[in-house]
Amino acid sequence: MLLISCPHCGERAQVEFTYERTLDSVVTLAMPPEDAMRALYERANPRGLDDELWRHSYGCRQWLLIRRNRTTHAIESVKAR
Amino acid sequence: MAADPPEPDDARHREREGAVSLNFTFDGVAMRARPGDTLAAALLRNGVRVVGRSFKYHRPRGVMSAGVEEPNALVTVGTGGRTEPNTRATDVFVYEGLVARSQNRWPSLAFDAGAVLGLAAPVFAAGFYYKTFFGPPKRWMFYERFIRRAAGMGNAPVEADPDPSEHRAAFCEMLVVGSGPAGLKAAEAAARAGHRVLLVEQDSELGGSLLFDGGDRGCIASARDAVLAAGGRVLTRTTASGLWDHGFVTLAEHIVEPGQAGPLSQRLWHVRARRIVLATGAMERPLTFADNDRPGIMLSRSVRTYVGRFGVVPGKRAVIATSNDDAYATATALADAGCEVVAILDSRTRAVIAETAHCPVFFDAVPTGTTGRNSLASVTATVAGKPHRFDADLLAMSGGFTPVVHLHSQGSGKLDWSAAIQAFVPGATDQALVAVGGAAGEIDAVAPATPILGTPKTSFIDFQNDVTAADIDLAYAEGYRSVEHLKRYTTLGMGTDQGKTSNMAALARLAGAAGVDIPTAGLTRFRPPYTPLSLGALAGPDGGGHAAPSRRLALHDRHMALAPLWQPLGLWHRPRAYPRAGETLHDAAMREARAVRTTAGIVDVSTLAKFAVSGPDAAALLEIVCATGVAKLAVGRGRYTFMLREDGMVMDDGTVWRTGETTYLLTSSTGGAERMEAHLSYAHRVLAPDLRVSVVMQQEQFAGIALAGPLARDVLEGLTGSPPPAHMGLANAAIAGVPVVVLAASYSGERAFEVYAAGDVAGPVWDALHDAVTARGGCAYGLEALEFLRIEKGHIVVGGEADGRMTAHDLRLEKMLRKAGGYIGASALERPALASPDRLQLVGLASRGDGIPEGAMLVASVGAKVEGHVTSAGPRVLEDGGIALALLRGGRARLGETLVASSPTRGKYVTVTVVEPVFHDPKGARYRD
Ligand SMILES: [Zn+2]
Repeated sequence: MLLISCPHCGERAQVEFTYERTLDSVVTLAMPPEDAMRALYERANPRGLDDELWRHSYGCRQWLLIRRNRTTHAIESVKAR
Repeated sequence: MAADPPEPDDARHREREGAVSLNFTFDGVAMRARPGDTLAAALLRNGVRVVGRSFKYHRPRGVMSAGVEEPNALVTVGTGGRTEPNTRATDVFVYEGLVARSQNRWPSLAFDAGAVLGLAAPVFAAGFYYKTFFGPPKRWMFYERFIRRAAGMGNAPVEADPDPSEHRAAFCEMLVVGSGPAGLKAAEAAARAGHRVLLVEQDSELGGSLLFDGGDRGCIASARDAVLAAGGRVLTRTTASGLWDHGFVTLAEHIVEPGQAGPLSQRLWHVRARRIVLATGAMERPLTFADNDRPGIMLSRSVRTYVGRFGVVPGKRAVIATSNDDAYATATALADAGCEVVAILDSRTRAVIAETAHCPVFFDAVPTGTTGRNSLASVTATVAGKPHRFDADLLAMSGGFTPVVHLHSQGSGKLDWSAAIQAFVPGATDQALVAVGGAAGEIDAVAPATPILGTPKTSFIDFQNDVTAADIDLAYAEGYRSVEHLKRYTTLGMGTDQGKTSNMAALARLAGAAGVDIPTAGLTRFRPPYTPLSLGALAGPDGGGHAAPSRRLALHDRHMALAPLWQPLGLWHRPRAYPRAGETLHDAAMREARAVRTTAGIVDVSTLAKFAVSGPDAAALLEIVCATGVAKLAVGRGRYTFMLREDGMVMDDGTVWRTGETTYLLTSSTGGAERMEAHLSYAHRVLAPDLRVSVVMQQEQFAGIALAGPLARDVLEGLTGSPPPAHMGLANAAIAGVPVVVLAASYSGERAFEVYAAGDVAGPVWDALHDAVTARGGCAYGLEALEFLRIEKGHIVVGGEADGRMTAHDLRLEKMLRKAGGYIGASALERPALASPDRLQLVGLASRGDGIPEGAMLVASVGAKVEGHVTSAGPRVLEDGGIALALLRGGRARLGETLVASSPTRGKYVTVTVVEPVFHDPKGARYRD
């Protein structure tokens, strides 16, 4: 279970957080349909570092941008969004 | 039979020997143990040699080890709900009244009918299950009865566990796993440096090898005191069971022994450690030779443990077989305890340590076989190529030591091969973790395993799962070259011991067959738990009524007064119907639904998700989330709305109300409440962070009561004293002195109003509505009637018709889609596949007589291709016949077709006609103004 350092609340266990999605899967409102479908269905799924959207659902409920290594689970940074 | 009670001359033994004062039973026979005995020690003390029968061949097996790696001596301890099967006799400490039973034997341990399987051994060779399951079904049918009887690893109790377990969290700067010399040293050093240390030991005492091998035991108290003085904690009978990410470790603590009564049976610790020290030591490996599984054949260091720690000498005449120096200490310990050591068989050409004076030592010597009925009688060996035979009742074997790297490996640590000790040692890791002592590979050098002489078919490698050297050879010959495939084919390492004593020998055999070195043959990753963990410990306090929280309605007590049938809905409990004397659920629901169609009824709708959306940009946020128009809504008005996922599918539906110039109320489905909260937050905080808007979820703040029926308007006017709002209008009012918000919306198809009041004061509102409704011949109604009414009206429900694969067009909602777009999911609707005429589309179904089975397949005739399915079904409320909502391929163009709703599992086949999915008042004349 990951230990995530919420910029608002401090170090908390992963159970308090919800992984929402990898950042490159965000479909912005202005995105043309082709790009939207690419974001949803043709993601890179990289091995290693990834930028991810998380939410501190059972804490401050804020959205966080977490840079995390998907192989080692090492967290490089946690930023408030 | 063996082992008379020993008479050790060592002063330390005498000091440790209490009286033989504890009573326990094994297979009903009364026995006595010394305080501090493991069950295995106590059984050996009482001369018990055969402790169980092997899994597949039912061969007699005895105690092999003195630790958690024990593959053979599995017993069931405890009675009733405290029954704990597959308990390692080496890992349970005797308490007064302990009841232990042997397993996997029938009719008795001494005479086992299943042992004839030993004669039929070739039948059960490697891949037996695999070949049987993948072979013709007849094969399995033939073997099944036979296997069910013979197989099994103890039986789980059916009674509830009377003693609870608990979960607890802890934090520390350093977690030290294992309290042998290396662990004690690490713990003491960290504590003296001021760190908060958590020192855990799976044994009942600290000390590890100090408990049997002598050495300065003063360091035990010194380390314990240092840890406690620095604010740390010391836990015994506590196993570090799983190592996860970022220093998270789960510990299983035995508060009482397995099967023992106690206020608390186990405690599962969730520990977050800044640093972790693995001082988990090393496990001894058995040697592989013919008939190496007889009772009386034990691991060398385990023998030393029984002698040195428990004062039990498990034999009178011993042979030592070894490939390393450590076993020489066993010879010395045995000789000191009065056991005759007839030979040391050393597979090496010479020993590194000084020759032991007590007994003859043979080099280039390996055991090749054993004799004996239920226990060891003699050992045969080759010494420098020549056969030898030794009469002995104890064989202490040592194939070297394997560092206990399980936790390191669980934490994604790499493993490096050490040729010197012929084992894997901890390598690189991303965790803040270090291994010390035996766990780090600080172990005497060992000779590589010698090829097996004699009979591979009885040369056991995995004792618990009865996997022999021949099985591994066969698997290899049949093409199972990868260690992962080997595991699955032979079931090697799949017992409750997870191959603790067998992995390395199996790898060596596989590597030998393949002609490669052991690291090339590969190793499977270790997974938690390190030792078996009971489900009770995992559940902790979250069992029975605490398995899930129960969410009660604000009006729960009001409903209780009407004695409803309750229906769980997610975590909520809602009234399903309010049956009167003699009524079935269906009778009650029909009466309630008819009341709504003819007079008036009230239903609790409190669980609907409710969101207060406010701020200058409230409408803008709602137009991102809702696929329908919102911005043009006038103050005091509301409308139906639905939301799409990004892929264009309908996600949820509800209503949106403009309660003020810049304030809105959004409702959506009960089950989707949390998802909708996250969705709204995502839309705001991620997609449109500049919007000036606030969203507050108010699901639980307000109780909601829907009042529906031809008399609803009269009822409401009578209670509020003012004319109710027009359809889809909103008004503030008071009922029984309580402020309420009235939303004129209909779900039932009748004139209806949703009345909302703050949850804590809603009781009088319910009472007033209930009194007024019953005075007019109406009643309260539950979810069952609500379902009948909404099906008849053709309203879709999220999770039913809107099953996550349906577009607005499929559900006939496309006319409501906002033309300008800009909402979540809009761009996905342009995908060509969504315009296919072949999609499942919402239709109604009508049958003349029979009820339509919910969930049934829609087919042209029984057995034909499936063209859709029934999503919701119910009766007509005031007329005869069954109706349903269904999803049908190209359904919108198929009105008038006759199909069969086919439900083979219920034996129901009902002829249905495809119709428009609105059966009641299609124009909405009954609720419009
Ligand atoms: Zn937070």
